[in-house]
Amino acid sequence: MPPIISVQNLRKTYGKTVAVDDISFEVSKGEIFGFLGPNGAGKTTTVECLQALRNPDSGNISVLGLDPLRQAQELRRRVGSQLQESALPDRIKVWEALDLFASVADDALDWHILLDQWGLAEKRKAGFHSLSGGQKQRLFIALSLVNNPEIVFLDEMTAGLDPAARRVAWDLIRAVRDRGTTVVLVTHFMDEAENLCDRVAIVDKGKIIASDTPRGLIASHATGVRVLFSTDKPDLAFLDKVSGVKNVSRKGDRVEVEGSGPLLALVAAALVEHGIVPADLRVEQPSLEDVFLKVTGHTVGE
Amino acid sequence: MRTLYKLTWVEIKLFIREPMTVVFTLALPIIFLFVMGGVFGNTPEPSIYRGVGAMNYYMPSYYGLVMMAIGTVALPLHLAGYRERGILRRFRASSFSIWAVLGSQLLVSVIIAVLGSLLVTVLGFATYRPDTPENIPQLIAAFLLGVACFTAFGFFLGAVLPSTRAAQGIGLILFFVMMILGGAGPPPEVMTGVMSVIGDLTPLRYVILTLQNAWLPGPGFDWHTSASLITAGITVVSALLAARFFRWE
Repeated sequence: MPPIISVQNLRKTYGKTVAVDDISFEVSKGEIFGFLGPNGAGKTTTVECLQALRNPDSGNISVLGLDPLRQAQELRRRVGSQLQESALPDRIKVWEALDLFASVADDALDWHILLDQWGLAEKRKAGFHSLSGGQKQRLFIALSLVNNPEIVFLDEMTAGLDPAARRVAWDLIRAVRDRGTTVVLVTHFMDEAENLCDRVAIVDKGKIIASDTPRGLIASHATGVRVLFSTDKPDLAFLDKVSGVKNVSRKGDRVEVEGSGPLLALVAAALVEHGIVPADLRVEQPSLEDVFLKVTGHTVGE
Repeated sequence: MRTLYKLTWVEIKLFIREPMTVVFTLALPIIFLFVMGGVFGNTPEPSIYRGVGAMNYYMPSYYGLVMMAIGTVALPLHLAGYRERGILRRFRASSFSIWAVLGSQLLVSVIIAVLGSLLVTVLGFATYRPDTPENIPQLIAAFLLGVACFTAFGFFLGAVLPSTRAAQGIGLILFFVMMILGGAGPPPEVMTGVMSVIGDLTPLRYVILTLQNAWLPGPGFDWHTSASLITAGITVVSALLAARFFRWE
């Protein structure tokens, strides 16, 4: 099956600033594809080029077999879009916005269902300006789905949502994918990328640095395990001899042991043997965050 | 077409919900109607008001005033605000065409102008007994030309003014200058030379002359060819400039 989105050598500059520097990737039909990276990495610019909202300086883009430069209107009609920065008229009501945005598609979804799913039923007659940040965000996600799109672009969709609403949003987006819609996600949240995406592209300084399933990225880039505990015993040199330990570091009472293999069991046994029984002994498996740090050399916030 | 229809209906409701535009387009002309009608009545005096009664002069003028408020205040504020706040961008991303966006504004302008003029008509006839319009087909033609002119003018201002603040400032200055000097304020005959010159530079002057000549009876008030051609010219130039400078974001 040919990819539903195909991008080759995309490049976009704003004056002297290179926003997107030679990005190539493909997205298959029916997957949740995520761009993960810090602010200013070029994620938003990339997906805006895919939606014909920006013209790239160079490169080839094909979305649904369409060229965004020549077939912009047809493309926009067949995709859904939740933009990072946008607004609605202050006094438009929630139901009016959904009804209006449904009008672009012949096979639009029943927006009453979206109202319920996204927790907006009670606010259906509220004006846009009276909604909270989270409600506005959920309305924008609902608007991006109301035209029953073949691909939906979600740019920082859970920004402004509380933790419970984020989990609900993830479940709803998975359901959208399961009905056959391809999802392209932009996020700087590690947990969102790791939990929600079928495949992730890590973007930094306008380039894709690594791209794979979350598990695949972790398996190939972050093999280490960390064991953490607290103790006031000064001498921990014995830990260096434990099998699999690569590094031991401490800050005050906090000790961090890095290594690989069955680290927790071996470290625990060694500690007990030396009369140390920390109450807070725990293990941290590598996460996407470790992958990110390893491939970019910095955390997502830096 | 479905989006144009839905958007027009939403925009009419938004128009009515926005106090600023309602005050300028619907309330102010009526306030002036009562103030000027109360002061001048409708007894003709040869030296002012083109020699006709004040209310005969002002009824078509206030039609023009409604249109002018749409073109200088309502539309520029609306379009500049939509662009500044990312609403146009949001519309565009959902494949709303420029024809749906501007077409809905044109339809709303026509509907609000008709509504405002009906209010002026009903209240004017109920209180100050002006003469009925002499030539209804010509009045309708003049009316549509005037709406087209100020809608295009509003599109032009909305396209070039960069922000809501700029639209408010420039729009209000243009509104008051046009209203006072362009033919909806004091009688043109009492203005000084400079005032008349400025008045002659405003589109409202020509919209009002075209409307008045269709309304008023008598030999001096045939279809105002030069004023209507100037109005048409302003319409075309404004529309071309609006198309040239329109930006989604």
